[in-house]
Amino acid sequence: MARRAWYWLLALPFIALLDVPLYDRIDPRWNGIPFFYWYQLAWVVLTAVLLGIVYLATRERAR
Amino acid sequence: MSLTASVFVALVLVASALGFTAARRKGGDLRALDEWALGGRRFGTILSWFLLGGDLYTAYTFIALPALVYGVGALGFFAVPYATIAYPIVFLLLARFWSIAHERGYMTAGDFVRGRYRSRSLELAIAATGVLAALPYIALQIVGMKAVLAQLGGIFAIGGGAMPLAVAFTLLAAYTYIGGLRAPATIAVFKDILIYLTIAAAIVVIPHALGGWRAIFTAADRALASPLHPFPLLVAPQMQFAYATLALGSAFSLFLYPHAITSLLSARSADVVRRNAALLPLYSILLGIIALLGFAALAAGIHAPPNEIVPILFARFFPPWFAGLADATIVIGALVPASIMALGAANLFLRNVVSPLSGRTPSRDAKSTKWLTLAFCALSLVLVLFVNVKFAIYFQLLGGAWVLQTAPAIFFGLGERSLPARALLAGWLAGMIAATSFALVDGFSPNIALHVGSWTLVGFIAIYAVAINLGVALVATALLRVRSPQSEIA
Repeated sequence: MARRAWYWLLALPFIALLDVPLYDRIDPRWNGIPFFYWYQLAWVVLTAVLLGIVYLATRERAR
Repeated sequence: MSLTASVFVALVLVASALGFTAARRKGGDLRALDEWALGGRRFGTILSWFLLGGDLYTAYTFIALPALVYGVGALGFFAVPYATIAYPIVFLLLARFWSIAHERGYMTAGDFVRGRYRSRSLELAIAATGVLAALPYIALQIVGMKAVLAQLGGIFAIGGGAMPLAVAFTLLAAYTYIGGLRAPATIAVFKDILIYLTIAAAIVVIPHALGGWRAIFTAADRALASPLHPFPLLVAPQMQFAYATLALGSAFSLFLYPHAITSLLSARSADVVRRNAALLPLYSILLGIIALLGFAALAAGIHAPPNEIVPILFARFFPPWFAGLADATIVIGALVPASIMALGAANLFLRNVVSPLSGRTPSRDAKSTKWLTLAFCALSLVLVLFVNVKFAIYFQLLGGAWVLQTAPAIFFGLGERSLPARALLAGWLAGMIAATSFALVDGFSPNIALHVGSWTLVGFIAIYAVAINLGVALVATALLRVRSPQSEIA
Protein backbone atom coordinates (compact mmCIF):
# COMPACT_ATOMS: atom_id res chain seq x y z
CA MET A 1 0.00 0.00 0.00
CA ALA A 2 1.27 3.46 -0.84
CA ARG A 3 2.24 5.62 2.09
CA ARG A 4 -0.51 8.14 1.54
CA ALA A 5 -3.21 5.46 1.47
CA TRP A 6 -2.53 4.65 5.12
CA TYR A 7 -3.45 8.20 6.10
CA TRP A 8 -7.04 7.55 5.06
CA LEU A 9 -7.38 5.34 8.15
CA LEU A 10 -7.21 8.55 10.16
CA ALA A 11 -10.47 9.75 8.62
CA LEU A 12 -12.33 7.07 10.59
CA PRO A 13 -12.29 8.81 14.02
CA PHE A 14 -13.68 11.98 12.43
CA ILE A 15 -16.58 10.10 10.84
CA ALA A 16 -17.25 7.98 13.92
CA LEU A 17 -17.24 10.88 16.38
CA LEU A 18 -18.65 13.79 14.39
CA ASP A 19 -21.75 11.88 13.22
CA VAL A 20 -23.45 12.39 16.60
CA PRO A 21 -26.84 10.77 15.74
CA LEU A 22 -24.89 7.56 15.12
CA TYR A 23 -24.20 7.08 18.83
CA ASP A 24 -26.59 9.41 20.67
CA ARG A 25 -28.44 6.54 22.41
CA ILE A 26 -28.63 4.81 25.82
CA ASP A 27 -28.61 1.13 24.79
CA PRO A 28 -26.72 -1.17 24.68
CA ARG A 29 -25.13 -0.35 28.02
CA TRP A 30 -21.74 -1.64 29.12
CA ASN A 31 -21.27 -2.15 32.88
CA GLY A 32 -24.27 0.11 33.34
CA ILE A 33 -22.63 2.89 31.28
CA PRO A 34 -24.90 4.18 28.46
CA PHE A 35 -23.77 3.58 24.86
CA PHE A 36 -23.19 7.31 24.25
CA TYR A 37 -20.36 7.34 26.80
CA TRP A 38 -18.62 4.02 26.30
CA TYR A 39 -18.75 4.33 22.50
CA GLN A 40 -16.82 7.60 22.64
CA LEU A 41 -14.35 6.25 25.19
CA ALA A 42 -13.84 3.19 22.99
CA TRP A 43 -13.01 5.52 20.09
CA VAL A 44 -10.29 7.14 22.16
CA VAL A 45 -8.59 3.74 22.35
CA LEU A 46 -9.34 2.89 18.70
CA THR A 47 -7.92 6.23 17.54
CA ALA A 48 -4.72 5.57 19.47
CA VAL A 49 -4.49 2.11 17.87
CA LEU A 50 -5.11 3.54 14.36
CA LEU A 51 -2.45 6.19 14.93
CA GLY A 52 -0.05 3.48 16.08
CA ILE A 53 -0.73 1.42 12.94
CA VAL A 54 -0.33 4.41 10.61
CA TYR A 55 2.85 5.46 12.41
CA LEU A 56 4.45 2.04 12.02
CA ALA A 57 3.27 1.59 8.44
CA THR A 58 4.43 4.98 7.19
CA ARG A 59 7.69 4.90 9.13
CA GLU A 60 8.84 1.69 7.46
CA ARG A 61 8.13 3.21 4.06
CA ALA A 62 10.26 6.18 4.97
CA ARG A 63 13.36 4.07 5.60
CA MET B 1 -3.21 21.99 60.10
CA SER B 2 -5.37 19.01 59.14
CA LEU B 3 -3.86 15.86 57.66
CA THR B 4 -5.40 16.74 54.26
CA ALA B 5 -3.85 20.20 54.33
CA SER B 6 -0.44 18.90 55.48
CA VAL B 7 -0.21 16.33 52.68
CA PHE B 8 -1.38 19.00 50.25
CA VAL B 9 1.26 21.54 51.29
CA ALA B 10 4.03 18.92 51.35
CA LEU B 11 3.30 17.72 47.80
CA VAL B 12 3.04 21.23 46.36
CA LEU B 13 6.41 22.02 47.94
CA VAL B 14 7.97 18.86 46.48
CA ALA B 15 6.70 19.87 43.03
CA SER B 16 8.14 23.38 43.41
CA ALA B 17 11.47 21.96 44.58
CA LEU B 18 11.55 19.77 41.46
CA GLY B 19 10.96 22.90 39.41
CA PHE B 20 13.98 24.59 40.97
CA THR B 21 16.29 21.60 40.44
CA ALA B 22 15.32 21.39 36.75
CA ALA B 23 17.71 24.15 35.72
CA ARG B 24 20.70 22.18 36.94
CA ARG B 25 19.85 18.95 35.17
CA LYS B 26 21.01 18.32 31.60
CA GLY B 27 23.48 21.00 30.57
CA GLY B 28 22.89 23.68 27.99
CA ASP B 29 23.34 27.41 28.40
CA LEU B 30 20.08 28.76 29.82
CA ARG B 31 20.98 32.29 28.74
CA ALA B 32 20.23 31.26 25.15
CA LEU B 33 16.56 31.61 24.24
CA ASP B 34 16.42 28.26 22.44
CA GLU B 35 17.68 26.48 25.58
CA TRP B 36 15.53 28.40 28.03
CA ALA B 37 12.24 28.53 26.13
CA LEU B 38 12.35 25.22 24.24
CA GLY B 39 14.61 23.10 26.46
CA GLY B 40 17.17 23.05 23.64
CA ARG B 41 14.65 21.10 21.48
CA ARG B 42 15.98 17.88 22.95
CA PHE B 43 12.95 16.27 24.61
CA GLY B 44 12.42 12.61 23.71
CA THR B 45 9.18 10.65 23.44
CA ILE B 46 8.62 10.11 27.15
CA LEU B 47 9.44 13.60 28.42
CA SER B 48 7.40 15.12 25.57
CA TRP B 49 4.51 12.89 26.52
CA PHE B 50 4.57 14.11 30.12
CA LEU B 51 5.09 17.71 29.06
CA LEU B 52 2.28 17.77 26.49
CA GLY B 53 0.01 15.86 28.84
CA GLY B 54 0.72 18.33 31.62
CA ASP B 55 0.29 21.24 29.26
CA LEU B 56 -2.97 20.29 27.53
CA TYR B 57 -4.87 18.52 30.31
CA THR B 58 -4.88 21.36 32.79
CA ALA B 59 -6.32 21.90 36.26
CA TYR B 60 -9.04 24.03 34.76
CA THR B 61 -10.02 21.07 32.55
CA PHE B 62 -10.18 18.79 35.56
CA ILE B 63 -12.38 21.25 37.46
CA ALA B 64 -14.50 22.70 34.65
CA LEU B 65 -15.26 19.52 32.73
CA PRO B 66 -17.05 17.65 35.54
CA ALA B 67 -18.66 21.00 36.40
CA LEU B 68 -20.01 21.20 32.86
CA VAL B 69 -21.35 17.63 32.93
CA TYR B 70 -22.79 18.29 36.41
CA GLY B 71 -24.60 21.31 35.00
CA VAL B 72 -25.75 20.28 31.53
CA GLY B 73 -25.30 16.50 31.22
CA ALA B 74 -24.25 14.80 27.97
CA LEU B 75 -23.37 18.00 26.10
CA GLY B 76 -20.42 18.50 28.47
CA PHE B 77 -18.91 15.24 27.24
CA PHE B 78 -17.89 16.94 23.96
CA ALA B 79 -14.39 17.24 25.40
CA VAL B 80 -13.86 13.51 24.78
CA PRO B 81 -14.38 13.52 20.98
CA TYR B 82 -12.49 16.83 20.96
CA ALA B 83 -9.47 15.34 22.76
CA THR B 84 -9.62 12.33 20.40
CA ILE B 85 -9.79 13.86 16.93
CA ALA B 86 -7.13 16.37 17.96
CA TYR B 87 -4.52 13.61 17.58
CA PRO B 88 -4.95 12.68 13.92
CA ILE B 89 -4.55 16.44 13.38
CA VAL B 90 -1.31 16.40 15.38
CA PHE B 91 -0.09 13.38 13.43
CA LEU B 92 -0.87 14.78 9.99
CA LEU B 93 -0.41 18.55 10.36
CA LEU B 94 1.59 19.37 13.47
CA ALA B 95 4.35 16.85 12.77
CA ARG B 96 4.87 18.68 9.48
CA PHE B 97 4.80 22.01 11.32
CA TRP B 98 7.55 20.66 13.60
CA SER B 99 9.71 19.69 10.59
CA ILE B 100 9.41 23.09 8.93
CA ALA B 101 10.01 24.91 12.23
CA HIS B 102 13.06 22.77 12.97
CA GLU B 103 14.59 23.21 9.54
CA ARG B 104 14.20 27.00 9.61
CA GLY B 105 14.74 27.54 13.35
CA TYR B 106 11.24 28.88 14.05
CA MET B 107 10.24 29.13 17.71
CA THR B 108 6.63 30.33 17.41
CA ALA B 109 3.62 30.39 15.09
CA GLY B 110 4.54 34.02 14.39
CA ASP B 111 8.01 33.00 13.17
CA PHE B 112 6.37 30.49 10.86
CA VAL B 113 4.03 33.07 9.37
CA ARG B 114 6.84 35.60 8.86
CA GLY B 115 8.99 32.99 7.12
CA ARG B 116 6.22 31.47 5.03
CA TYR B 117 4.43 34.61 3.83
CA ARG B 118 7.08 37.32 4.29
CA SER B 119 4.36 39.51 5.76
CA ARG B 120 4.99 41.28 9.03
CA SER B 121 1.36 42.43 9.31
CA LEU B 122 0.09 38.84 9.09
CA GLU B 123 2.78 37.82 11.58
CA LEU B 124 1.63 40.54 13.95
CA ALA B 125 -2.04 39.52 13.57
CA ILE B 126 -1.39 35.83 14.24
CA ALA B 127 0.92 36.50 17.18
CA ALA B 128 -1.31 39.07 18.88
CA THR B 129 -4.21 36.62 18.63
CA GLY B 130 -2.17 33.90 20.32
CA VAL B 131 -1.05 36.17 23.16
CA LEU B 132 -4.59 37.42 23.78
CA ALA B 133 -5.92 33.86 23.86
CA ALA B 134 -3.22 32.67 26.25
CA LEU B 135 -3.62 35.28 28.99
CA PRO B 136 -7.14 34.35 30.18
CA TYR B 137 -6.12 30.69 29.95
CA ILE B 138 -3.43 31.32 32.58
CA ALA B 139 -6.00 33.15 34.67
CA LEU B 140 -8.34 30.16 34.53
CA GLN B 141 -5.66 27.90 35.97
CA ILE B 142 -5.86 30.15 39.01
CA VAL B 143 -9.63 29.64 39.04
CA GLY B 144 -8.98 25.89 39.24
CA MET B 145 -6.62 26.42 42.17
CA LYS B 146 -9.16 28.62 43.94
CA ALA B 147 -11.74 25.82 43.86
CA VAL B 148 -9.35 23.53 45.72
CA LEU B 149 -8.33 26.21 48.23
CA ALA B 150 -11.99 26.95 49.00
CA GLN B 151 -12.53 23.29 49.86
CA LEU B 152 -9.41 23.15 52.06
CA GLY B 153 -10.83 26.06 54.04
CA GLY B 154 -9.08 27.75 56.97
CA ILE B 155 -6.13 29.94 56.09
CA PHE B 156 -6.26 28.62 52.52
CA ALA B 157 -9.61 30.23 51.77
CA ILE B 158 -9.18 33.68 53.34
CA GLY B 159 -9.84 36.43 50.83
CA GLY B 160 -10.63 33.90 48.09
CA GLY B 161 -7.27 32.23 48.72
CA ALA B 162 -5.29 35.35 47.85
CA MET B 163 -2.34 34.53 50.10
CA PRO B 164 -1.70 30.90 49.02
CA LEU B 165 -2.31 31.86 45.38
CA ALA B 166 0.25 34.63 45.63
CA VAL B 167 2.75 32.21 47.23
CA ALA B 168 2.13 29.54 44.59
CA PHE B 169 2.47 32.04 41.75
CA THR B 170 5.66 33.50 43.16
CA LEU B 171 7.17 30.01 43.28
CA LEU B 172 5.90 29.35 39.77
CA ALA B 173 7.33 32.57 38.40
CA ALA B 174 10.66 31.95 40.14
CA TYR B 175 11.32 28.44 38.85
CA THR B 176 10.11 29.30 35.36
CA TYR B 177 12.45 32.30 35.35
CA ILE B 178 15.38 30.12 36.40
CA GLY B 179 14.79 26.89 34.53
CA GLY B 180 12.63 27.88 31.54
CA LEU B 181 10.66 25.06 29.89
CA ARG B 182 12.69 22.44 31.78
CA ALA B 183 10.98 23.43 35.03
CA PRO B 184 7.40 22.57 33.99
CA ALA B 185 8.70 19.52 32.08
CA THR B 186 10.24 18.13 35.26
CA ILE B 187 7.22 18.92 37.42
CA ALA B 188 4.92 17.44 34.76
CA VAL B 189 6.37 13.97 35.38
CA PHE B 190 5.56 14.24 39.10
CA LYS B 191 2.14 15.76 38.41
CA ASP B 192 1.13 13.07 35.96
CA ILE B 193 2.05 10.25 38.34
CA LEU B 194 -0.21 11.92 40.92
CA ILE B 195 -2.99 12.31 38.34
CA TYR B 196 -2.94 8.66 37.33
CA LEU B 197 -2.98 7.65 41.02
CA THR B 198 -5.88 9.98 41.80
CA ILE B 199 -7.99 8.89 38.85
CA ALA B 200 -7.27 5.20 39.42
CA ALA B 201 -8.49 5.62 43.01
CA ALA B 202 -11.50 7.70 41.96
CA ILE B 203 -12.65 5.16 39.39
CA VAL B 204 -12.49 2.33 41.94
CA VAL B 205 -13.70 4.07 45.11
CA ILE B 206 -16.42 6.46 43.93
CA PRO B 207 -18.59 4.17 41.74
CA HIS B 208 -18.30 1.45 44.40
CA ALA B 209 -19.51 3.80 47.14
CA LEU B 210 -22.41 5.00 44.97
CA GLY B 211 -23.66 1.53 43.98
CA GLY B 212 -22.05 1.19 40.54
CA TRP B 213 -22.26 3.06 37.25
CA ARG B 214 -25.82 2.04 36.48
CA ALA B 215 -27.02 3.56 39.77
CA ILE B 216 -24.94 6.70 39.16
CA PHE B 217 -26.39 7.26 35.69
CA THR B 218 -29.95 6.57 36.89
CA ALA B 219 -29.61 9.03 39.79
CA ALA B 220 -27.95 11.67 37.58
CA ASP B 221 -30.70 11.27 34.98
CA ARG B 222 -33.30 11.92 37.66
CA ALA B 223 -31.41 14.89 39.11
CA LEU B 224 -30.88 16.62 35.75
CA ALA B 225 -34.13 15.85 33.92
CA SER B 226 -36.41 18.80 33.32
CA PRO B 227 -39.40 19.46 31.05
CA LEU B 228 -37.06 21.44 28.81
CA HIS B 229 -34.42 18.73 28.69
CA PRO B 230 -36.13 15.39 29.36
CA PHE B 231 -33.16 13.15 28.41
CA PRO B 232 -30.08 14.76 30.00
CA LEU B 233 -27.92 11.65 29.50
CA LEU B 234 -28.14 12.23 25.74
CA VAL B 235 -27.51 15.22 23.51
CA ALA B 236 -30.84 16.72 22.45
CA PRO B 237 -31.33 16.35 18.65
CA GLN B 238 -31.22 20.13 18.13
CA MET B 239 -27.87 20.23 19.92
CA GLN B 240 -26.14 17.41 18.01
CA PHE B 241 -24.62 19.80 15.49
CA ALA B 242 -23.40 22.01 18.30
CA TYR B 243 -21.81 18.96 19.92
CA ALA B 244 -19.98 18.02 16.71
CA THR B 245 -18.85 21.57 15.92
CA LEU B 246 -17.67 22.10 19.50
CA ALA B 247 -15.52 18.99 19.21
CA LEU B 248 -14.19 19.86 15.75
CA GLY B 249 -13.51 23.54 16.45
CA SER B 250 -11.76 22.82 19.73
CA ALA B 251 -9.67 20.04 18.19
CA PHE B 252 -8.33 22.34 15.47
CA SER B 253 -7.61 25.19 17.86
CA LEU B 254 -5.89 23.10 20.55
CA PHE B 255 -2.45 23.18 18.95
CA LEU B 256 -2.69 26.78 17.80
CA TYR B 257 -2.31 28.06 21.37
CA PRO B 258 1.20 29.33 22.10
CA HIS B 259 1.71 26.93 25.01
CA ALA B 260 0.90 23.91 22.85
CA ILE B 261 3.28 25.07 20.11
CA THR B 262 6.01 25.68 22.70
CA SER B 263 5.70 22.12 24.03
CA LEU B 264 5.44 20.70 20.53
CA LEU B 265 8.60 22.41 19.29
CA SER B 266 10.61 21.23 22.30
CA ALA B 267 10.37 17.67 20.90
CA ARG B 268 13.57 16.17 19.54
CA SER B 269 12.16 15.04 16.18
CA ALA B 270 9.02 14.88 14.07
CA ASP B 271 8.98 11.19 14.93
CA VAL B 272 8.65 12.08 18.62
CA VAL B 273 5.63 14.23 17.69
CA ARG B 274 4.03 11.40 15.69
CA ARG B 275 4.65 8.83 18.42
CA ASN B 276 3.08 11.19 20.93
CA ALA B 277 0.00 11.58 18.74
CA ALA B 278 -0.54 7.86 19.28
CA LEU B 279 0.33 7.93 23.01
CA LEU B 280 -1.39 11.10 24.23
CA PRO B 281 -4.96 9.72 23.85
CA LEU B 282 -4.22 7.86 27.10
CA TYR B 283 -4.85 11.20 28.82
CA SER B 284 -8.15 11.54 26.96
CA ILE B 285 -9.39 8.37 28.66
CA LEU B 286 -8.63 10.04 32.00
CA LEU B 287 -10.45 13.09 30.73
CA GLY B 288 -13.56 11.00 30.00
CA ILE B 289 -13.48 9.40 33.44
CA ILE B 290 -13.06 12.79 35.09
CA ALA B 291 -16.01 14.13 33.10
CA LEU B 292 -18.14 11.27 34.43
CA LEU B 293 -17.35 12.46 37.97
CA GLY B 294 -19.89 15.20 37.24
CA PHE B 295 -22.57 12.50 37.18
CA ALA B 296 -21.11 10.96 40.33
CA ALA B 297 -21.50 14.31 42.12
CA LEU B 298 -25.17 14.43 41.07
CA ALA B 299 -25.69 10.86 42.28
CA ALA B 300 -24.00 11.72 45.59
CA GLY B 301 -26.51 14.54 46.03
CA ILE B 302 -23.86 17.26 46.12
CA HIS B 303 -25.27 20.77 45.85
CA ALA B 304 -22.46 23.26 45.38
CA PRO B 305 -21.06 25.72 42.88
CA PRO B 306 -20.17 23.48 39.89
CA ASN B 307 -16.48 24.41 40.08
CA GLU B 308 -16.20 22.98 43.58
CA ILE B 309 -17.73 19.53 43.06
CA VAL B 310 -14.46 17.71 42.32
CA PRO B 311 -12.66 18.73 45.52
CA ILE B 312 -15.89 18.02 47.43
CA LEU B 313 -16.03 14.51 45.95
CA PHE B 314 -12.40 13.96 47.00
CA ALA B 315 -13.12 15.13 50.54
CA ARG B 316 -16.19 12.93 50.83
CA PHE B 317 -14.95 9.67 49.34
CA PHE B 318 -11.19 9.62 49.99
CA PRO B 319 -9.40 9.21 53.33
CA PRO B 320 -7.99 12.61 54.48
CA TRP B 321 -4.38 11.98 53.41
CA PHE B 322 -5.45 10.86 49.94
CA ALA B 323 -7.82 13.83 49.59
CA GLY B 324 -4.75 16.01 50.27
CA LEU B 325 -2.88 14.19 47.51
CA ALA B 326 -5.78 14.61 45.10
CA ASP B 327 -6.11 18.33 45.91
CA ALA B 328 -2.36 18.80 45.43
CA THR B 329 -2.71 17.06 42.05
CA ILE B 330 -5.10 19.74 40.87
CA VAL B 331 -2.99 22.64 42.11
CA ILE B 332 0.21 21.20 40.61
CA GLY B 333 -1.86 20.51 37.51
CA ALA B 334 -2.45 24.27 37.36
CA LEU B 335 1.17 25.28 37.93
CA VAL B 336 2.59 23.23 35.04
CA PRO B 337 0.45 24.69 32.22
CA ALA B 338 0.43 28.18 33.75
CA SER B 339 4.22 28.17 33.56
CA ILE B 340 4.29 27.00 29.92
CA MET B 341 1.51 29.42 28.95
CA ALA B 342 3.29 32.44 30.45
CA LEU B 343 6.53 31.40 28.80
CA GLY B 344 4.96 30.70 25.40
CA ALA B 345 2.96 33.93 25.40
CA ALA B 346 5.98 36.01 26.44
CA ASN B 347 8.13 34.49 23.71
CA LEU B 348 5.45 35.05 21.08
CA PHE B 349 4.85 38.63 22.22
CA LEU B 350 8.50 39.66 22.08
CA ARG B 351 9.39 37.88 18.84
CA ASN B 352 6.29 38.54 16.79
CA VAL B 353 4.48 41.52 18.25
CA VAL B 354 7.20 43.80 19.62
CA SER B 355 9.75 42.97 16.94
CA PRO B 356 7.61 43.81 13.88
CA LEU B 357 6.39 47.00 15.58
CA SER B 358 9.88 48.17 16.55
CA GLY B 359 11.48 46.90 13.34
CA ARG B 360 14.27 45.14 15.25
CA THR B 361 15.19 41.48 14.79
CA PRO B 362 14.26 39.23 17.70
CA SER B 363 17.02 38.60 20.22
CA ARG B 364 18.64 35.20 20.71
CA ASP B 365 19.10 36.10 24.35
CA ALA B 366 16.57 34.84 26.88
CA LYS B 367 16.76 37.80 29.24
CA SER B 368 13.81 39.94 28.13
CA THR B 369 11.59 36.89 27.56
CA LYS B 370 12.31 35.78 31.14
CA TRP B 371 11.23 39.14 32.54
CA LEU B 372 8.10 39.25 30.41
CA THR B 373 7.17 35.74 31.61
CA LEU B 374 7.21 37.08 35.17
CA ALA B 375 5.04 40.00 34.11
CA PHE B 376 2.48 37.69 32.45
CA CYS B 377 2.26 35.56 35.62
CA ALA B 378 1.62 38.68 37.69
CA LEU B 379 -0.93 40.01 35.22
CA SER B 380 -2.97 36.78 35.32
CA LEU B 381 -2.94 36.74 39.11
CA VAL B 382 -4.18 40.34 39.19
CA LEU B 383 -6.86 39.48 36.64
CA VAL B 384 -8.31 36.77 38.89
CA LEU B 385 -7.75 38.37 42.31
CA PHE B 386 -8.71 41.94 41.60
CA VAL B 387 -10.82 42.00 38.46
CA ASN B 388 -13.42 39.26 38.25
CA VAL B 389 -13.40 35.55 37.63
CA LYS B 390 -16.31 35.91 35.23
CA PHE B 391 -14.31 38.36 33.17
CA ALA B 392 -11.51 35.80 32.86
CA ILE B 393 -14.03 33.16 31.79
CA TYR B 394 -15.66 35.40 29.15
CA PHE B 395 -12.26 36.42 27.94
CA GLN B 396 -11.16 32.79 27.64
CA LEU B 397 -14.31 31.89 25.71
CA LEU B 398 -13.54 34.65 23.27
CA GLY B 399 -9.87 33.63 23.18
CA GLY B 400 -10.85 30.12 22.09
CA ALA B 401 -12.88 31.54 19.20
CA TRP B 402 -10.11 33.96 18.28
CA VAL B 403 -7.32 31.43 18.22
CA LEU B 404 -9.13 29.31 15.62
CA GLN B 405 -9.02 32.34 13.30
CA THR B 406 -5.27 31.76 12.96
CA ALA B 407 -5.89 28.23 11.58
CA PRO B 408 -6.11 29.11 7.84
CA ALA B 409 -2.76 30.94 7.79
CA ILE B 410 -0.98 28.17 9.72
CA PHE B 411 -2.53 25.06 8.19
CA PHE B 412 -2.63 26.28 4.56
CA GLY B 413 0.95 27.42 5.06
CA LEU B 414 2.04 23.82 5.60
CA GLY B 415 1.37 22.98 1.96
CA GLU B 416 3.35 23.89 -1.13
CA ARG B 417 0.85 26.55 -2.15
CA SER B 418 -1.12 28.76 0.16
CA LEU B 419 -3.32 31.81 -0.17
CA PRO B 420 -1.75 35.29 -0.45
CA ALA B 421 -0.92 36.97 2.86
CA ARG B 422 -3.27 39.88 2.19
CA ALA B 423 -6.22 37.53 1.61
CA LEU B 424 -5.46 35.59 4.79
CA LEU B 425 -5.20 38.85 6.71
CA ALA B 426 -8.63 39.95 5.43
CA GLY B 427 -10.08 36.57 6.39
CA TRP B 428 -8.49 36.77 9.85
CA LEU B 429 -9.97 40.23 10.41
CA ALA B 430 -13.43 39.12 9.30
CA GLY B 431 -13.21 36.02 11.52
CA MET B 432 -12.10 38.04 14.54
CA ILE B 433 -14.91 40.55 14.12
CA ALA B 434 -17.45 37.76 13.57
CA ALA B 435 -16.29 35.77 16.62
CA THR B 436 -16.35 38.86 18.82
CA SER B 437 -19.80 39.97 17.72
CA PHE B 438 -21.27 36.46 18.07
CA ALA B 439 -19.94 36.35 21.62
CA LEU B 440 -21.27 39.78 22.46
CA VAL B 441 -24.71 39.12 21.01
CA ASP B 442 -25.15 35.56 22.25
CA GLY B 443 -22.65 35.04 24.99
CA PHE B 444 -23.03 37.63 27.66
CA SER B 445 -26.57 36.57 28.51
CA PRO B 446 -27.59 35.22 31.94
CA ASN B 447 -27.15 31.55 31.09
CA ILE B 448 -23.55 32.26 30.17
CA ALA B 449 -22.87 33.76 33.58
CA LEU B 450 -22.09 30.17 34.45
CA HIS B 451 -18.83 29.44 32.71
CA VAL B 452 -20.38 26.03 32.14
CA GLY B 453 -22.72 27.68 29.68
CA SER B 454 -19.97 29.61 28.01
CA TRP B 455 -18.08 26.45 27.09
CA THR B 456 -21.12 25.33 25.17
CA LEU B 457 -20.74 28.27 22.85
CA VAL B 458 -16.99 28.27 22.29
CA GLY B 459 -16.85 25.80 19.48
CA PHE B 460 -20.05 26.99 17.98
CA ILE B 461 -18.90 30.61 17.63
CA ALA B 462 -15.45 29.60 16.50
CA ILE B 463 -16.64 27.34 13.68
CA TYR B 464 -19.06 29.90 12.27
CA ALA B 465 -16.43 32.62 12.51
CA VAL B 466 -13.78 30.49 10.81
CA ALA B 467 -16.23 29.71 7.99
CA ILE B 468 -16.59 33.46 7.42
CA ASN B 469 -12.82 33.78 7.71
CA LEU B 470 -12.27 31.16 4.99
CA GLY B 471 -14.97 32.63 2.76
CA VAL B 472 -13.45 36.11 2.90
CA ALA B 473 -9.93 34.75 2.36
CA LEU B 474 -11.02 32.84 -0.77
CA VAL B 475 -12.94 35.76 -2.24
CA ALA B 476 -10.02 38.09 -1.52
CA THR B 477 -7.66 35.63 -3.23
CA ALA B 478 -9.86 35.58 -6.31
CA LEU B 479 -10.02 39.40 -6.37
CA LEU B 480 -6.25 39.72 -6.01
CA ARG B 481 -5.72 37.28 -8.88
CA VAL B 482 -8.10 39.22 -11.15
CA ARG B 483 -6.26 42.46 -10.42
CA SER B 484 -2.75 41.12 -10.85
CA PRO B 485 -2.74 37.61 -12.27
CA GLN B 486 1.01 37.01 -11.94
CA SER B 487 2.05 38.46 -8.60
CA GLU B 488 0.60 37.85 -5.14
CA ILE B 489 0.40 34.09 -5.54
CA ALA B 490 2.12 32.58 -2.56
